[in-house]
Amino acid sequence: MTIFDKSTEGRTGFYLPREESYGYEPSDTLPENSVRKESPLLPQLSELQVMRHFTGLSKKNHSVDSGFYPLGSCTMKYNPRLNERIAGLEGFSQIHPYQAEETVQGALEVMYNLQNSLCEITGMDSFTLQPAAGAHGELVGMLLMKKYFELKGENNRRKVIVPDSAHGTNPASAVMAGFEVIEVPSNGNGRVDLGSLEEILDENVAGIMLTNPNTVGLFENEICEIQEMAHKKGALLYYDGANLNAIMGHARPGDMGFDIVHLNLHKTFSTPHGMGGPGSGPVGVKNILKDLLPVPVVRFDGSKFSLDYDLPNSIGKVRSFYGNFGVFLKAYAYILTLGGDGLKRASEMAVLNANYLRARLSKLIPTAYPGLCMHEFVLKGSKLVSEYGVKTLDVAKRLLDYGIHPPTIYFPLIVDEALMVEPTETETKEALDAFADTFERILGEAKDDPNILKAAPQKTAVGRLDEATASRKPKTRWSKDT
Amino acid sequence: MPGFPYLPQTGRDIDEMLEVVGVKSVSELFRDIPGKFEVDISIPESKDEFTVLRDLSELSKNNVSLNDLSVFRGAGVYKHFVPSVVQAIASRGEFLTAYTPYQAEVSQGTLQMLFEFQTMICELTGMEVANSSMYDGASAAAEAALMAVRVRGGKKILLSEALHPEYIETIRTYCFGSDIDVETVSFDSETGQINIADLQKKLTQDTAGFVLGYPNFFGIIENLAEIRTLIGENIMMIVSANPISLGMLEAPGKLGADIVVGDAQPLGNSPSFGGPGLGFFASKESHIRKMPGRIIGETKDSDGRTGYVMVLQTREQHIRRNKATSNICSNHAFNALVASIYMSVVGSEGLREIARRSFDKAHYLAERIGKTDHVRLVFTGPFFNEFVARFDCDLKEFNRELLKEKILGPLELERFSEEMKNYGLICATEANLNEEIEFFAGRLEAIG
Repeated sequence: MTIFDKSTEGRTGFYLPREESYGYEPSDTLPENSVRKESPLLPQLSELQVMRHFTGLSKKNHSVDSGFYPLGSCTMKYNPRLNERIAGLEGFSQIHPYQAEETVQGALEVMYNLQNSLCEITGMDSFTLQPAAGAHGELVGMLLMKKYFELKGENNRRKVIVPDSAHGTNPASAVMAGFEVIEVPSNGNGRVDLGSLEEILDENVAGIMLTNPNTVGLFENEICEIQEMAHKKGALLYYDGANLNAIMGHARPGDMGFDIVHLNLHKTFSTPHGMGGPGSGPVGVKNILKDLLPVPVVRFDGSKFSLDYDLPNSIGKVRSFYGNFGVFLKAYAYILTLGGDGLKRASEMAVLNANYLRARLSKLIPTAYPGLCMHEFVLKGSKLVSEYGVKTLDVAKRLLDYGIHPPTIYFPLIVDEALMVEPTETETKEALDAFADTFERILGEAKDDPNILKAAPQKTAVGRLDEATASRKPKTRWSKDT
Repeated sequence: MPGFPYLPQTGRDIDEMLEVVGVKSVSELFRDIPGKFEVDISIPESKDEFTVLRDLSELSKNNVSLNDLSVFRGAGVYKHFVPSVVQAIASRGEFLTAYTPYQAEVSQGTLQMLFEFQTMICELTGMEVANSSMYDGASAAAEAALMAVRVRGGKKILLSEALHPEYIETIRTYCFGSDIDVETVSFDSETGQINIADLQKKLTQDTAGFVLGYPNFFGIIENLAEIRTLIGENIMMIVSANPISLGMLEAPGKLGADIVVGDAQPLGNSPSFGGPGLGFFASKESHIRKMPGRIIGETKDSDGRTGYVMVLQTREQHIRRNKATSNICSNHAFNALVASIYMSVVGSEGLREIARRSFDKAHYLAERIGKTDHVRLVFTGPFFNEFVARFDCDLKEFNRELLKEKILGPLELERFSEEMKNYGLICATEANLNEEIEFFAGRLEAIG
């Protein structure tokens, strides 16, 4: 039942201070056609009804708090509550972006320190915190490339190379900056195929976007060669930081020769995903690009912090104000809490957990690529299709019945019936064992009675939903008549 | 005490796991990384929770909290009363720590909430369809400009000069990326509304859309119906609205808007130094396949039970890649939750009352100012809860004085334009109690 179905005319959960009106009527000063005739149909409920409605909804969600969430490429690690507490402090949550600088020195200090920490972690020279999400950071990165070559007078560079294993946001972001996207295939080892790269890399290429470790969970071990090839042709190298959780404190994209980096604070730095956001996608660059960053940039002169808008070659702004400050605080608190030693340890445990789970699961179902993985790995579900007639989707849906969120499915696109597993470092060995045991049980079910999987899930609030019809004739809002 | 924060692996766990993996040490797992990249990063060592909380609490005190001030500053971020139940519900981990609802069967809470949010946005804006959120108002407006080009063709976007300056800059940046021309339309220096003659002059065959604020940056209410008629059917009217004002102002959809965007921070979200805000995006049914962002729809499961799913995903980057309508992936769903709870508690009557009180208080302030000698109202156009005043004194200095009396005074518009030296943008909401209004009015009268 929707909240609109629960609404009763005249009921409210909201009380304002008792105050005299000054008596200004909208109809006195506003043109007639600007005054609202019909009130928006918002629900009318008591405060308790609202509480129960949303509490009821919350119970229909899987979350990191409620169970294992090994969603590959999403880094569903625990979201520490200390961070929430800090972001909720009045001195942080109740400040206006247009307050005088001397009244927000604490906020600017947080931003400045976070920028510097990210520089150190990634080996980059400067950071902007402005982008609101990973894809937003990618857009900034692509705009930086565009501006960089425009200033150099190399307007011929209209192409960006993206691996076939890349996240969908990579090509989509490149297109939003006006680039043509060229795909480079992966080789049999799940890495960029250097021969193919050589062929398509010419003077019209602005840059190469890479995720490292890549989306199949493997480190691009020929990164030195790729870096040399790109720079020799005058192209820039872009690092998608979606998988930084694997290498924090071990290796830095800046040292590998990347010119632009975006991070996902909501993945690597433990800030909650909030059902899809807000995230934060800071972008780091080498010195050659620092004057092109979005404005403003936070500066420190040794005694006070300030916002610098004076970057004549800046690409401009990609949103209002300074970024998702509430998210910065959580990431900053995380960095302070873990420290340099803890960040390194977190990556080690992320990689250990992934390898342990890979070792256990690879006895049940083939992995897409042999050998060790980094923080995540990809399973190949195609054998289940041929042997039992069940698809990856069926396995995923059956996992839901066991209270486990399935891995990312059907991604990356280069693996048939892919299941992409990222356990993260915050899970116990027991949780990993339980997942492997459950997986084994489901494969047993697939063998004995595949219909159990095809009919799954049975224990969730609803069963499999008809997405096709929903998209053919979309009903995207509640209305009175239905 | 051994161990690191949030890491559960004991020494014994690690040994057992390494054995199963078949390696001798953890460092062996990193063997694919060329040795020359090995680093020791220089970040201070780990700290306990209590120390971090203490240090950051101390740092937070270097900021002046709006809770300790009378706030007469808005300009895109507003202070309103937020009922306690909003935070209480929103802090539930089932909302906070869930991911994008890719697995619909275990995300019905998220999906139904977003479906309801979309409905509420449609109600506020008078539009037929809304998506489940964008990053903020500025990026939503920029995406709207790109959509106008997708729908209408052409390669030029017109922007009102009275649109929020940060929105103008953001749209320019996005248009730089997509090679779209941007031209601005001036405002009438007397009314603060769009300069109709200038608009007329700049309308060309290749214009795809016109973006304007409602109310605009100066708080002035544009005559949307007139503008709609003037620009004709082939150009999209993109309206950026303050959602609180829509409790009282006619819905832009009723006045001919093709796309309505804005920032729903005022609907229960904290100011938070300007982010995260909450972009909203609403349009007409006929354009739904050209819209950016995630859209939730109602459907049935195999047993005929009602449920919710993400619809039209073939527009999106994870399916369509370089042919997607936008690159947006993460959005601001959590802020949409906050706004949904807020709108559910205040209801339609509550929202109307908040809008009317904000209007009432701002108009009273303006009238008091109208009677002073050294502060003058700049525009004559109708306004909602913000207006521009010109000060005979040094506004910066005056604001410094006000701050000593715990008042966050008018926004100095000089930061956007040198011609606006000593022009201040003044805002009032229901959260300014009458006694604050009286005190502030008294301070304005005492200038000179």
